[in-house]
Amino acid sequence: MPHRVTIKDYLFESRLFMRRTVVALIIAGLLFVGLIARLIYLQVVDHEHYVTLSDENRIKIQPLAPNRGLIFDRNGVILAENLPSYRLEITQELVKDMDTTLDKLSQLIRIQDIDRKRFKKLLKQTPHFKPVPLRFHLNDEEVARFAVDRHRFPGVDIVAGLTRHYPNGALAVHALGYVGRIDIRDLQRIDTSNYSGTTHIGKTGIEKTYEDKLHGKAGYSQVETNAEGRILRTLERVAPIPGENITLTIDARLQTRVEAIFNNRAGAAIVLEPQTGDILAFVSMPGYDPNLFVNGIDVKTYRDLRNNIYQPLFNRALRGQYPPGSTIKPFVGLGALEQHTVTAHDSIFCPGFYQLPRKDRKYRDWKKTGHGTMSMVSAITQSCDVYFYDLALSMGIDQLHDSLALFGFGKRTGIDISGEAPGLLPSRSWKRKTRDQPWYPGETLITGIGQGFMLTTPIQLASATATLATYGQKITPHVILSSQSGSEPPAGTVISTSQLPVNELQHWQTVIHAMQEVVHGKRGTARRTGQNASYRMAGKTGTAQVFGLKEEEKYDAETIAEKLRDHSLFIAFAPVNNPQIAVAVIIENGGSGSAVAAPMVRQIIDSWLAPELSQELTP
Amino acid sequence: MSQYIDMGRNDASRRDWQSVLHLDATLLFGLTCASVFGLFVLFSATDQSHTTLIRQLVRLGVAFATMAVIAQLRPQWLMRWTPWLYGIGLVLLLAVLIFGDTGKGAQRWLDLGFIRFQPSEMMKLVVPMMVAWFLSDKGLPPKITRILIAGLLIAIPVVLIARQPDLGTSLLIASAGFFVLFLAGLSWKLLAGLGVSAAAGAPILWHFMHSYQRQRVYTFLHPEQDPLGTGYHIIQSKIAIGSGGTFGKGWLNGTQAHLEFLPESSTDFIFAVLGEEFGLAGILLLLLIYTVIIVRSLYIATQAQDTYCRLLGGSLGLTFFIYIIVNTGMVTGLLPVVGLPLPLVSYGGTSMVTLMAGFGILMSIHTHRKLLPT
Repeated sequence: MPHRVTIKDYLFESRLFMRRTVVALIIAGLLFVGLIARLIYLQVVDHEHYVTLSDENRIKIQPLAPNRGLIFDRNGVILAENLPSYRLEITQELVKDMDTTLDKLSQLIRIQDIDRKRFKKLLKQTPHFKPVPLRFHLNDEEVARFAVDRHRFPGVDIVAGLTRHYPNGALAVHALGYVGRIDIRDLQRIDTSNYSGTTHIGKTGIEKTYEDKLHGKAGYSQVETNAEGRILRTLERVAPIPGENITLTIDARLQTRVEAIFNNRAGAAIVLEPQTGDILAFVSMPGYDPNLFVNGIDVKTYRDLRNNIYQPLFNRALRGQYPPGSTIKPFVGLGALEQHTVTAHDSIFCPGFYQLPRKDRKYRDWKKTGHGTMSMVSAITQSCDVYFYDLALSMGIDQLHDSLALFGFGKRTGIDISGEAPGLLPSRSWKRKTRDQPWYPGETLITGIGQGFMLTTPIQLASATATLATYGQKITPHVILSSQSGSEPPAGTVISTSQLPVNELQHWQTVIHAMQEVVHGKRGTARRTGQNASYRMAGKTGTAQVFGLKEEEKYDAETIAEKLRDHSLFIAFAPVNNPQIAVAVIIENGGSGSAVAAPMVRQIIDSWLAPELSQELTP
Repeated sequence: MSQYIDMGRNDASRRDWQSVLHLDATLLFGLTCASVFGLFVLFSATDQSHTTLIRQLVRLGVAFATMAVIAQLRPQWLMRWTPWLYGIGLVLLLAVLIFGDTGKGAQRWLDLGFIRFQPSEMMKLVVPMMVAWFLSDKGLPPKITRILIAGLLIAIPVVLIARQPDLGTSLLIASAGFFVLFLAGLSWKLLAGLGVSAAAGAPILWHFMHSYQRQRVYTFLHPEQDPLGTGYHIIQSKIAIGSGGTFGKGWLNGTQAHLEFLPESSTDFIFAVLGEEFGLAGILLLLLIYTVIIVRSLYIATQAQDTYCRLLGGSLGLTFFIYIIVNTGMVTGLLPVVGLPLPLVSYGGTSMVTLMAGFGILMSIHTHRKLLPT
């Protein structure tokens, strides 16, 4: 019987096992189905997604930076260029003993502790097959010395790059500006993809205004990399489009000359061509070497520049706001004539001071003894303050404001260099708005002689002078002459031409005649400046008070600090009949306009107009 | 008994090469196909390394030879030795814990001077053998006390191996033992109870886990939170498989593996290389081969003539399935990363020998059958 039981059990066990096996198979089959469903999801449904991820894994985009456009002066003299700069790089995996290599290298090339430290730090963060820079800006001698011993240093390479260089140093630095490393603020205003391979960007001046043209368009190369980032091959390459070269209206010879004429005085000069608005020289002195900024200026040098009392970093031509002083008189006079407030023949008597009706305060003339009987021409020629006090009062502040505004005072000229200051042309509404005070008649008087609230920039003054010279043709002053793609200025800067209303041409001629008398007349304030000139020039002196003198106080240059001395101004254009050059010069704390600024302007115009001198200018 | 054997031997019609060599043609065919396919994938995964290819060939040779040798052993002989092998295995496991070499942060190896030996590998076969031996002694389905004893027989080596720590192997051994119990007719009520207690025990298991094991589970749940650390494996392998598409990028053309984005591409993650280069089609082909092997193994088990052989054979077939489902589940991001190779395809020695020894046992079971009188 036990045998039978065993058989029965055997059959039962066999069936049990069979059942269990089938259950196991079904479960296994279901799991396989689940797996296949997952695979279909990954490989069919989401296939595209994973292909993208796979390509992203292996394909890297490497930006190729475009070469920056060059900047030339109007005669093709190079003002900003790209020079090769050499850096020393070491590839870790090719070097057997890094310390020995560094020691041997330091016998050839100056390697400071700070270089070594930075290099060691970078080395740890970089994959062993990628080169790590050790030194930047090797000089030619170091490059040559290394080249000779190159074979002794496997894995060490000199790599050439381009770096911005300003061959003329500080020349026209306030117009040119400079490039510097891209910082966080720059990143906010640029198209980062176009700048992904670029390290430098225009920071100031033309380099900044014409950044879009100069930079060019970045290219890229598509490379296949492995997981470590080692490049295996290049799949596609789109070459960068280099930046455009641009040509400036500035004449480097004249610019050099003008800067030399300044002879270390602090101030600004704008020289422009009245017919075109082309700026021939853009001078703000003192300047500085823009090359210092290209690859990061060291802290001490920068501090010295910042703390220099003459503020070399300050762009006086563009941002310096000065009282125009007597240089405003021709414009005030012209405004009065055109508005028929006076005629050229009306005259008043100048006793050396002026008093408002029913007021005690005396407004002094610069000439204590007075000028005697003055008409429009003599008042401009001799710069009679009393005449203009009276004229301003007759015009009233509103008319004064409006006629000066026509010439662009108190408003940015729109020059294609960013950062221009607007100056200040006071008005009733301005005073109400900013000071919540009514306008007082006394303020009208001093506005009439370019003092008080009124402020102008050198570029404004030069532009107004050019407008006067061309009988009302107002052109936005500019430094761009042309670029490869044409001469259009970039967005935001418009070179516009407009014609001021001219009531009677004779009024203009009267004022210009008076300005000619300033230089060439017997009693002109700048008569010494006009001596022996081969051409006729029209000008106006200006002496701007930096601080107000009390009524009876006497100005004595000797006793007051340099910083508080008067600014010396002169505006001029020449030749009178066919103006080819207009100039505005301001010398900070220089003293009287006739003594300092006027002779400088004469030198400037001489160099531009006199043929023999222009020969001299040719390099 | 000997009479039947003689009958079998004398039956000329059955004296084909399979019974002479004690090999099974279907299994042999499936295993060979999988190995050859595996060699192609491995060649690509190792960047066309001939050295690796030759080493793998040698290993396959050793593994197939082991299978052939084991196939010659009678199941009865194996059964007789089962308790002794189990005892030796336990002693060796203890020895590993005490004297073992540390390889890759875990104690798995026993250095016998002339050979480095991994006792846990042996236990992959010995544990199901032991449970089958124990259960086949009495009628099936087993009673509760016997189930508990069987559970203990499984638990002791599993805990010892888990402490090495080698979670993958201990899980595999636990499931091999469990399959024996399941096939022996473990009642569904008990199975449900086991499921519930496993769910309840998970937090306790979590408590005993090593930090790297916890990290793996955590990574499995949130791979994208650590894309460059532990989640990297799963993300990259999904990219490899997904980008392969239906027909793959072509043999030797997989970028994920060749550009070294895919880690462990020749070992645990080789399935991703297959998916990338041969696509869904290639994967289905391999799964088909595997299915042939599994179904044939289970068929052999059902045809076995005694309980021991049936239970052992069934367990071996199902364990093979577990290998595949755990590895592919891990590579496709369905399961946490558990270090298990893809059988016959992954590069690696010891586990392949063990695996093939298991198929040797299956072949032995099938070719040593006695022809029963009707």
